[in-house]
Amino acid sequence: MTHRSDRLLDVRALARVEGEGAMHVRVRGGTVADVRLDIYEPPRFFEALLRGRRHTEPPDITARICGICPVAYQMSACAAIEDACGVRVDPAVAALRRLLYCGEWIESHTLHIYLLHAPDFLGYASALDLAKDRRPIVERGLALKRAGNEILELLGGRAIHPINVRVGGFYRVPAPRDLVSLRDKLRVALDQALETVRWVAGFEFPDFTHDHELLALVDPGRYAIESGSVATTGGLEFTAQRFEEHVVEEQVPHSTALHARLAGRGRYLVGPAARYTLNRQWLSPVAREAADAAGLGADCRNPYRSILVRAVETVYAVDEALRLIERYEPPARPYLEVPPRPGVGYGATEAPRGILFHRYELDGDGLITSARIVPPTSQNQASIEDDLRRFVGARLDLDDERLTAQCEQAIRNYDPCISCSTHFLEVTVDRA
Amino acid sequence: MDTGVRAPVPTLAVWKFASCDGCQLTLLDCEDELLAIADRVRIAHFLEASRRVEPGPYDVSLVEGSITTAEDVARIHRVRELSRTLVTIGACATAGGVQALRNFADVDEFRSVVYARPEYVSTLATSTPIAAHVAVDYELHGCPIDRRQLLEVITALLVGRKPNIPAHSVCFECKQRHNVCVVVAHGTPCLGPVTHAGCGALCPAHQRGCYGCFGPMETPNAAAQAGLLRATGMSADDVVRAYRTFNTAAPAFVELSRVTVGPPPGTGPRDVRPEMP
Repeated sequence: MTHRSDRLLDVRALARVEGEGAMHVRVRGGTVADVRLDIYEPPRFFEALLRGRRHTEPPDITARICGICPVAYQMSACAAIEDACGVRVDPAVAALRRLLYCGEWIESHTLHIYLLHAPDFLGYASALDLAKDRRPIVERGLALKRAGNEILELLGGRAIHPINVRVGGFYRVPAPRDLVSLRDKLRVALDQALETVRWVAGFEFPDFTHDHELLALVDPGRYAIESGSVATTGGLEFTAQRFEEHVVEEQVPHSTALHARLAGRGRYLVGPAARYTLNRQWLSPVAREAADAAGLGADCRNPYRSILVRAVETVYAVDEALRLIERYEPPARPYLEVPPRPGVGYGATEAPRGILFHRYELDGDGLITSARIVPPTSQNQASIEDDLRRFVGARLDLDDERLTAQCEQAIRNYDPCISCSTHFLEVTVDRA
Repeated sequence: MDTGVRAPVPTLAVWKFASCDGCQLTLLDCEDELLAIADRVRIAHFLEASRRVEPGPYDVSLVEGSITTAEDVARIHRVRELSRTLVTIGACATAGGVQALRNFADVDEFRSVVYARPEYVSTLATSTPIAAHVAVDYELHGCPIDRRQLLEVITALLVGRKPNIPAHSVCFECKQRHNVCVVVAHGTPCLGPVTHAGCGALCPAHQRGCYGCFGPMETPNAAAQAGLLRATGMSADDVVRAYRTFNTAAPAFVELSRVTVGPPPGTGPRDVRPEMP
């Protein structure tokens, strides 16, 4: 049924996203009255349960917020605690952290490209259905994903909730010879990543753009991952220490959810498209060539094309991992002792889905007295809903089934991680 | 004998309750085996991987996450009704997860710390394992579960045998791996003696003490372990925190967290094995 003036679209359980979310679209009198991306996953209260824990514990505890990007949580937690304690890690340790993070980008981006996002473009319910018709493509994706996991396993001990990361560095660092077989696998993975860019570049991208302010870390001289200051396409630039002055959570009239906004400016978007737009010049030559060949311009403002950016960032992460391995020299010590001191520390790193901010306050015994975590998806929620509102408004001629499927695809463009966001967002379930 | 009738393809369902997604991700992390599994079973309900949902009943359900809301209490009963074999996967499903720290706190206070409008957030006062609500056929421990153990369970259930999941401690795996004992060699605190095997003694292999993410082994010795931990310099509060992290609601870890003093190590076998002559 189309062209009804009053409609209610309800997707009660979004598929192929991380975590549990729902979408509600309400149409009244032929116009979109309300669009909500709902988070109904139960809250787990991490910020509350971190109080009273030792300053050495946040990397392990906050990793459990998200099984898909645990390294991001570990890296932001380490950065914030080390900031609070006035410690800067050895550059060789920082390089190993960047290598570990590359593993997570490869694993997470490839998961999203092949298993969550691509089936939409090709008309399949899942990658397993796609594999029935085009098995070599899915096998290539799984092999590339495996390469990312091999980095995580070698440096972290395991891919999900790595055990080898600690405040101040690592428990054990690899010998150069341990990295030889990894290097050989990554050389194969680089070809697979380049083939992935060519593959997704052939997809059809619906015509849709947004004008949100884009926000990402910048670290002149390299593509920012585990360090840098915060910058936006609107010209703002500030350090992680000032994050909470610029990013505020506001209540908005159409929903009971708190949305992150830039103070005095409004909604914004984080993630691969924001990183690419702000850091394109720092991609390695092979990644930049892949981006050019795929037709990515100076910026990326069509959310459907985010799959291209993820593919290009995967090329970059594999290439960067190879570079880090070539130059690897083990740090003199695997970790620095980080004696606690009273104070506040801030950390921000680029999770696969965008910037992830942590703040911790410590007392004189090294116990945490308060914690704040701002994950990427809660920062994107206002922009996602705004895009959906315009997206639905332009497609009211579609029947409910097709419109619902297209909205689901539109949500997956942002790779929302509801496991992450739910623990900090208010639940917007309408219980009336 | 070939009767000409093909056996029906078994169906697999994956369910999520309060969790981080990491244990169900473990299935997608079986990159080398995933397509082979999909050839042998019909993945009938796995929202993270497919938008197609087939109605139950299901031959095998993998359940991730703990129970923290009234709605989820009702939902886990429905999942149980739909499932011939129900396997809980991970520390949340088997032991309440890190979110079970609320069990030792005031959940209303927790809610007001995280949420500006706590009245919008509905939650139970406790985070409980799946087995506190419905019968569970097999449990896979770990935060996250181990990929090899997951493959063992799926393979065993496919051919109709009992999964082979050892119940001994991480210490056994350390010896199998020829790790140097981090307690003896470096005085590093380690929960290995009381922790369920399954990870392959990962932490000691990285010169780190086990932090108990696989939960309690079957028969932990509380007093001996307390003595060992205190001898490495841990305070009583540190001991409590160590047990109350990722397997917070496991009864054996709750008990262990209440025993923070014990005989110093090296006082002889009599202290820990009184039945020996």
